[in-house]
Amino acid sequence: MTAHEYDVVIVGAGGAGMRAALESSQRASTAVLTKLYPTRSHTGAAQGGMSAALSNVEDDNAEWHTFDTIKGGDYLVDQDAAEIMCREAIDAVLDLEKMGLPFNRTEDGHIDQRRFGGHTRNHGEAAVRRACYAADRTGHMILQTLYQQCVKQEVEFFNEFYVLDLILDADATKARKGADVSVVGVVAYELSTGAIHTFRAKSVIFATGGAGKVFKTTSNAHTLTGDGMALALRRGLPLEDMEFFQFHPTGLAGLGILLSEAARGEGAILRNSTGERFMERYAPTIKDLAPRDMVARAMANEVREGRGCGPHKDYVLLDLTHLEPAHIDAKLPDITEFARTYLGIEPYYEPVPVFPTAHYAMGGIPTTVRGEVLRNNTDVVKGLFAAGECACVSVHGANRLGTNSLLDINVFGRRAGIAAAEYAATAEAPPMPADAADAVTTQVATMRATVGGAGTERVADIRKALQETMDRDVQVFRTNASLTDAKKKIAALRERYASIAIHDRGERFNTDLLEAIELGFLLDLSDVVVAGALARKESRGGHYREDFPTRDDENFMRHTMAYARPNGIKLDYKPVVVTRYQPMERKY
Amino acid sequence: MTVTEDAPVGEIATLNVTIRIKRMNPEGTPARAPGESYWEEFHVEAHATDRVLDALHTIKWQEDGSLTFRRSCAHGVCGSDAMRINAKNRLACKALLKDLNPSRPITVEPIAGLPVVKDLVVDMEPFFASYREIMPFLVTTGHAPTRERLQSPEDRAKFDDTTKCILCAACTTACPVFWTDGQYFGPQAIVGAHRFIFDSRDEGQWDRLEILNDKAGVWKCRTAFNCTEACPRGIEVTKAISEVKRALTTGEF
Repeated sequence: MTAHEYDVVIVGAGGAGMRAALESSQRASTAVLTKLYPTRSHTGAAQGGMSAALSNVEDDNAEWHTFDTIKGGDYLVDQDAAEIMCREAIDAVLDLEKMGLPFNRTEDGHIDQRRFGGHTRNHGEAAVRRACYAADRTGHMILQTLYQQCVKQEVEFFNEFYVLDLILDADATKARKGADVSVVGVVAYELSTGAIHTFRAKSVIFATGGAGKVFKTTSNAHTLTGDGMALALRRGLPLEDMEFFQFHPTGLAGLGILLSEAARGEGAILRNSTGERFMERYAPTIKDLAPRDMVARAMANEVREGRGCGPHKDYVLLDLTHLEPAHIDAKLPDITEFARTYLGIEPYYEPVPVFPTAHYAMGGIPTTVRGEVLRNNTDVVKGLFAAGECACVSVHGANRLGTNSLLDINVFGRRAGIAAAEYAATAEAPPMPADAADAVTTQVATMRATVGGAGTERVADIRKALQETMDRDVQVFRTNASLTDAKKKIAALRERYASIAIHDRGERFNTDLLEAIELGFLLDLSDVVVAGALARKESRGGHYREDFPTRDDENFMRHTMAYARPNGIKLDYKPVVVTRYQPMERKY
Repeated sequence: MTVTEDAPVGEIATLNVTIRIKRMNPEGTPARAPGESYWEEFHVEAHATDRVLDALHTIKWQEDGSLTFRRSCAHGVCGSDAMRINAKNRLACKALLKDLNPSRPITVEPIAGLPVVKDLVVDMEPFFASYREIMPFLVTTGHAPTRERLQSPEDRAKFDDTTKCILCAACTTACPVFWTDGQYFGPQAIVGAHRFIFDSRDEGQWDRLEILNDKAGVWKCRTAFNCTEACPRGIEVTKAISEVKRALTTGEF
C-alpha cells in the first residue's frame, strides 16, 4: 500500500473535475484521480452546445435563461442556484474561448449560437438562440480544451486509478445535527498494478459523472456506473432526487447512441408512422423543441398508441431530409455519421429511427452552491465537495434543459475547485486512520477469491437483468405496480450478487474484478432510484407516474433525500429554494 | 458467416463469427508463461449490427472474463478502443462485424509500436508524452480581452479537421516510421500541433514549429498515408502534416 498526501484530491477527470483542477491547482497542491485517461471522459460525448445569454445573435438575458431553467426543471430547481448558473454562464463560455475552445463563429467573428429545447425568449414567447457550440461536438471540444489547459498548468493526474472508498473522520450515520464531520481522504485501486493507495487530503472533490448504466438503453459510456454517488451513499451521506432521470428523446433506435437535440435545433422534425409531426399536438408553440421529458413521453406515447414505425412499430423517425446536405455537414457532421455507421441510414435522404435513451441523472450528491456536500438538510461535510452530474445543486430539478449540463460542469466545477482550495488553505487534514484501506483491501481480496470458488453467478448476467428491469419498470412511464416489481427484482438480484464468481485472478489490469465492483454500485443506486420513485406519488419532469399523472406541489414540491440504512433506503425531504418564480402550469 | 435465412423483414440477422485474438497475460496462466504472446480463437454468435466491441464483450462476459481491453463510450468518440483489426487500425466500437468479411476469422491485436500491458491493452504513456511535448494549448500574449477573441468562419475552418482528434493513437501506431524510429513524435502529435499552428488566435506557432522541425519531427514523415487511412475520425492526417511542412518552409500559415 502507498500513502499520498495532497491539499486537494479530485476524483474524476471529465469536464467538472478538470475545470475544478484548473482552479485548485493554481492555489493548492492538487491530485486528480481518474478511472479513465482524462480525454476518455464522457463529457467528450456531449454534442449540441453550452447555453449562455451572450446575445451574440438575438436579444437574450440571464434572467430569461434562469426562468427557462426553472420552468424546464418543473419547479424542483433551487432558484438561487439557477440564478448563479445562468449569470455566470456568460463568463464560463468566454473563459473557455480564451482557453482556446474553437467555437463556431458568426459572420462577424463572434461565438455563434443556436436554438435548443426549452430555451426561449421572454419567458416562453418563442425559441431563442442561446446555445454556444462547436459543430455537434461541443463536449469533445470542452474536454480537449480543459485537458490542454491541464497540460499547460502541469496538473498532476493519476490515470486509471479507481477510487473505491471515501474516508470521513466520523460515522455520518451517527453524527448529531450540527456536529463536525470532516473528510480525511480516499482509497484508490491502481488498475495497472492492483496496488491500493490512500490519499489523505484537506479537501476532496467528487466529479465522477453519471450512472446511466443502471439502464439498458442508454447514451452513457460503459464506465458510467455512478461510483462517486454510491461511495457517498455507502458512507451514510444522502443522495438527492435520484428518481429524476432524463431520457433523451433521440437515441438511435435499438442502440441508444445519442443524436443531439441540435438536430431539432437546426430544423429536424419528429414524425410517427403516418408521417405526422406529432409534437404539434403535445407542445403547440415550440413543438419539436419542447423540453426533453415532454418529447420523450410524447414519443413513447405515439409508440404505445400504435403509431410507431418499423417492423415492431417500436420507434419514431427523426426527419432531416428537408435540410440542405451542406447545412447538415456543417452543423451536424458527427451525429449523421453515427446514423450511417451504425444503422446504415443516409440522413440526407432517409429519416433516422429514434427512441428515448437514458441520458442524465438530475439527482446526485447534494451540495451547496459552493459545491460543499451536505450530510443532511443543513450540515456540510467539511472539506468534501462535489460537482457535475454526480452532484445535485440543484439546477436541473426534475428535468434538465439541453446544454445546461455543459454549463453546470463549468460553473460548478470552477466553484468547487476554488472552494476546495480555499478550505484547504485554512484547514488541517485529520490523520488517515491506520486501517483506512482495510475495507477496500478486503473487498478486492474477497472478489478475487471468488475465482474458481463456489459462486455460480456471472456479473454480466446480473447486470443485464438489472438493466432490463430498469428499462421495463422505471423508464418513461412508471406505476406503483411497475416500481414495486422493480424493487422485488433488484432485491433478488442483490442476493444473486452475493454468489458471483469472476474469472480473472490477476493483479494487473484486472477489469473483470472492477466490473464486478461497479455492478455493486449500480445495484445500490437502482434501489435509491426506485425508492424515490415509489414514494413520489405525482408526476413532475422526468418522473412520470401513470397512477398520479399530475404535479402535486402541495405534497411534493420538495427534494427527496435518500439515505442507505441497514434495513433499506430511508427517505427524507428537503425544501426547494424559491426566490422569485412561483410554480405555474408547464405549457410550451 | 451464417445468416439466418428466414429472418422476417426488418429483423436483425444473426451471424456466427470467429474472432482470433492476440493475447498476453503479464502474470501468466496455467498454460502460458508470464508475458508470452499467443493467439486464441473464440466463436461468437452476433447480430449483423454488432461491432467488434460487442463480440469482445460477449467473449469477456460469457466465456473468459480475463480477456482485457479498454473501452468506454462505445460509439467512437472517447478513443479508448483503438485496436489492429484484420491488420488495420480501427476503433472496435466503430468496426461492424459484417463489414469485416466475417466468413473468415477476424483477427484482433493490440495497436503496434507501444508496449503491450495485457491482451489488447498497451501502455499509452509514450503516446501522450509526445502530445504534451508539442505545447497542445493556446498560446497568447498581452492582456486577455474582456469578451471573446474574434475569429472569422474562414479562419475557424482552417483547423477544423484537426480539432476532431480523439487521441486514440490509431494514426501514430499505424505509422511505419513510428514503429522503427524510437524518437519520432508520430502523426498524432503533428495533428495536435496543426490544430494550434493554424488557429488565428494562437501566438505560439514558431515555438511549436521549432519543436516539429527537430530531428524527431515532421521531416521523418515519409507520406505512407497509413495514418490517414487509420484515422477513425476521418482526419486527413497526411495533409495536415504536409501543411505543417509547408509552413516550415514558407513561413506562411
